[in-house]
Amino acid sequence: MMEPGLYHILFISAALFFIGVYGFLTRRNLITMLMSIELILNSVNLNFIAFNKYLWPGKLDGLFFTLFIIAIAAAEAAVAIAIIINLYRSHQSIDVENAEDLKY
Amino acid sequence: MITGSTIIFYLLAALTLTCGLLSVSTRQIFRAAIYLLFSLIGIAGIYFWLQYEFIAAVQIVVYVGGIVVLIIFSIFLTQQAGEKLPKQKPGRKIFSALAVFCGFALTMVQVYQHEFDFDKALVSPTMSNIGQNMLSTKEGGYALPFEVISMLLLAAMIGCIVIALRSKPETK
Repeated sequence: MMEPGLYHILFISAALFFIGVYGFLTRRNLITMLMSIELILNSVNLNFIAFNKYLWPGKLDGLFFTLFIIAIAAAEAAVAIAIIINLYRSHQSIDVENAEDLKY
Repeated sequence: MITGSTIIFYLLAALTLTCGLLSVSTRQIFRAAIYLLFSLIGIAGIYFWLQYEFIAAVQIVVYVGGIVVLIIFSIFLTQQAGEKLPKQKPGRKIFSALAVFCGFALTMVQVYQHEFDFDKALVSPTMSNIGQNMLSTKEGGYALPFEVISMLLLAAMIGCIVIALRSKPETK
C-alpha cells in the first residue's frame, strides 16, 4: 500500500465520475438519472478540493468553487424534483421513454 | 509502512466507490437512494481526511441532510412500493460500460503522465480564513458570487413553487 496522495484522489474522482456517466447512460428513470448527476457533481467537488490541498494550499479558490457548486447542486436538485413530480402528475410515470410530448 | 491514516483513506475510498457502483446498478430505486447516501458520506469522510472540515460539514448538511432526503421523498411520491425498475437492454449496458471504461482509461493515462507542480506547504484553511475570504470585496474575495448564489437560491425557490403549483381547474 502506498501513501495516498493526489493521484489516489484523482483516481477516486475519475472513477466516481464515470460511474455517474454509466448510470446516466443506462438508467431510464428520471430520479435515478438525477442521482447519477449528483455523483458526477461530487466527483468534480472532490477534484477541486484535492487540487486546492496539494497544489495551491495557500489559496482558497478550490474550496470556494466547491461551496458554490454544492449550493447550485442543491438548487438544481430542488427544481428537477419539482419538474419530476409535475411530470408524474400529468403522465403517471417518470420514465423518460414516456415523456415524449415535445418530440413531435 | 502502513499507518492508520492510510488504512482509513483506503476504507473511505472503497466505501465511496462500492456504494456509488451499487447505486447505479441496483434495480430497487429506494436502495439506490440509500447507496447514494453512503457514497456521499464516504466523500464527506474523504474531506475530513484531507482536513477540510468545513467542506465536510457542508457536504453532510446539504447533500446527506438535504438532497438525499428530497430524493427519498420524491421516490415515495412517484413509485409504487416494492416495484423494481424494468430491466435494461443488455446491448445498451454493454455499450455504456465500454464507453465508460474507455473514457476512464484515457483519463487515468493522461493523469499519470502529467507531472504536477506540488506545493509541499501543507496548510489547511482555518474557519476565520474562509469567512474573511468569502465576504471580502478585495482581490481573491468571493462577495459577489456569494450574493449571486443567494439570488439563484431565491429564483430556484420561486421556480419550484410555480412549477409545483396545482393548476386550477377551469371554472366559470
